[in-house]
Amino acid sequence: MGNDLPVVPEPKEPTRRRLYVLAIQGMGALMGAAMGIPAIAYLFSAPRAPQESAPGQSNGQWVEAGDVASLTPNEPVEMAFRRNRVDGWKVISEKGSAWVVKRPDQSITAFGSQCTHLGCAYHWDDGKDQFICPCHNSLFSLDGKVLAGPAPRPLDRYETKIENGKLMLGTLRESSGSQS
Amino acid sequence: MKRRVDAAVGWLEDRTGAPGLIHHFLYESIPASSGWRQVFGSVAVFLFLVQAFTGILLAVNYAPTPGDAYNSLRYILTEVTGGRLIRGLHHWGASMIIVVVALHMIQVFLYGAYKKPREGTWLVGVLLLLLTLGYGLTGYLLPWDNRAYWGTVVVTQIAATIPVLGPYLTRLLGGGDSVGVVTFARFFVAHVMILPPLTMLLIAVHIFLVRKHGVAPLPGDEQVAKKEFYPGQVFRDTFAIFIAFAILFTMAVAVRVPLEQLADPSDTTYLPRPEWYFLFLFQTLKLLSGPLEIVGTVVLPGAAVTALILIPFIDRGKMVRVAKRTTAMACVALAAIGWTGLTALAVVTKPPTTAAEEIDYSGPTDWMGLSPEELAGIAYFRAENCASCHGMGEGGSNIGPDLTRTSIHRDAAWMIQHFKQPGAMRPGTSMPAIQLNDSQMNSLAAFLLKLNPKNASALENAPDFAVQGALVYQANDCGSCHQVNGVGTNMGPSLNGLAKRRSRSWVEQHFADPPKLSPGSMMPPYKFSAKDMERLTTYLFSIPE
Repeated sequence: MGNDLPVVPEPKEPTRRRLYVLAIQGMGALMGAAMGIPAIAYLFSAPRAPQESAPGQSNGQWVEAGDVASLTPNEPVEMAFRRNRVDGWKVISEKGSAWVVKRPDQSITAFGSQCTHLGCAYHWDDGKDQFICPCHNSLFSLDGKVLAGPAPRPLDRYETKIENGKLMLGTLRESSGSQS
Repeated sequence: MKRRVDAAVGWLEDRTGAPGLIHHFLYESIPASSGWRQVFGSVAVFLFLVQAFTGILLAVNYAPTPGDAYNSLRYILTEVTGGRLIRGLHHWGASMIIVVVALHMIQVFLYGAYKKPREGTWLVGVLLLLLTLGYGLTGYLLPWDNRAYWGTVVVTQIAATIPVLGPYLTRLLGGGDSVGVVTFARFFVAHVMILPPLTMLLIAVHIFLVRKHGVAPLPGDEQVAKKEFYPGQVFRDTFAIFIAFAILFTMAVAVRVPLEQLADPSDTTYLPRPEWYFLFLFQTLKLLSGPLEIVGTVVLPGAAVTALILIPFIDRGKMVRVAKRTTAMACVALAAIGWTGLTALAVVTKPPTTAAEEIDYSGPTDWMGLSPEELAGIAYFRAENCASCHGMGEGGSNIGPDLTRTSIHRDAAWMIQHFKQPGAMRPGTSMPAIQLNDSQMNSLAAFLLKLNPKNASALENAPDFAVQGALVYQANDCGSCHQVNGVGTNMGPSLNGLAKRRSRSWVEQHFADPPKLSPGSMMPPYKFSAKDMERLTTYLFSIPE
């Protein structure tokens, strides 16, 4: 270096220094907010609803699941169907399924096909007359109530209606947390 | 409080040494002459960080394949909160970083700050410049609109002209026969996986070298005491960064970055043009054709880079005052004149854009979903100045009722009667009778029935060519054989997505003599005026699939 002169702070006056530090912090905070707030909104807010009448919005859309006539009372059947779903920038057609139970009084219940614990697919065990989730051994009764295991609430149910002998499924409603 | 902080800092110092390092970094001594002219390097690093940050955010909602890239970008622009801002920052940030890097290099060049022992710092800087241009080149493809696609076709073709290496380079870029999925994957990987780590490494080396050799002093600095980097110079850097950020943010908010039509390899009318900072090269290529072409694609750019690399080894004299560095100033002036001249020439000779190129597909596109009849209704709506009395939503005129809600309780028959004799349907109304024929009134009524608060923006956004094109469509009764958006008959093919199936020139020739181009076609020939032809085809080409 070859420079024996002392290094002096810049600027020399303490008030000016404090002003500089304040300005640096202020500008930094402003820029941080200008970048950070939009970034948080970008990452955490739900995307705007797709254009009206976009096909596949499951709300209010009914899909046909199958024939009601083929059902035997108290014997759950897994019915597969196809429905459209908005997936990011696409509308995809995907397969879904529901466990459908006809009660002796002819009323029909359709359960969502995932266990309410952690979303595994459960199945009906004919021998035990129970729905069994193989992941963590949650057991559900014919009317969806939790009999045993870690499941926090009864099975979710689809809105249902019958048109010309066909079972139509609407929105999947989350069951309430309480259980009997 | 202060004691607690000190204790925490002390704890961290003992464990990591970080506070000491930061202190060492901030209280570095710099020449007394340092000041505002040295801020550009910091601004460039800051802009790099902004690009990295916004780039990561964009990637979160982006699918890097030709099929999905365009749609996912549209999704970011139209549906994700803040998506347009983030994309705007990334887009304009790319341009800004070029400007700032250029200013940084000019400053260093003018002051001769690359001289011994700082040759290495300069060389790393030249590499960083090349990387910056590499980002621009590879990022250009990623929206996968027409602009991106055709720009990339040209780039891969230029790479192919390089002697000996050309074919290998083209294969490396994945552009063997045509630009496609492989090219896309390679450009994406280069843009987000290869360039960023390289840049970070080189920036680290660059800053390390700056620190190792110290900020370049001016002649006479030895006589004056050095000063500390913090807070004086840090303030200057931060202030410059703040100004740059304010400009960038304003541009991202105020200047819309358009998204063109989805890449269309069959579009023979598209004229690709590069980003503004490559326009000078584009223009050079125009001036050099035939065997001279290689001069523009390889020799000149190669010579320029070589010259930049050699500068510190050619100019090896002692540091002198800037005012005495006339040769350096002449070089900068000459380069600036050359660059500006070529860029200006490219801008001036730009052919007028066609209406189709001006459609911004990233905007609200409600009008694209209207049927030709409804779209033609917009033309009558505008021609009859309906909006001067009927407001649309808030802030509009309220002499007449808000038409976005009429469709709820009126039907077409009522409306048409009302157009003819306003007073008969609504006694006491001040609305004048509308002078249109029956089919025109049908059109207007059809549009008004479709109008609701959600799609009212279509009224303002529907571009004139589309509205006029729809009028031509209606006047020639195209809908009696074709369908658009599900309206019409299917005697002829549906016209949705025509742009994907046919080129413009094909469609234009087809109008004149349909059976010649599609044998067996029942379509009669049409003779349109040049203006009508332009409007109708542009409109048809804008209808999505």
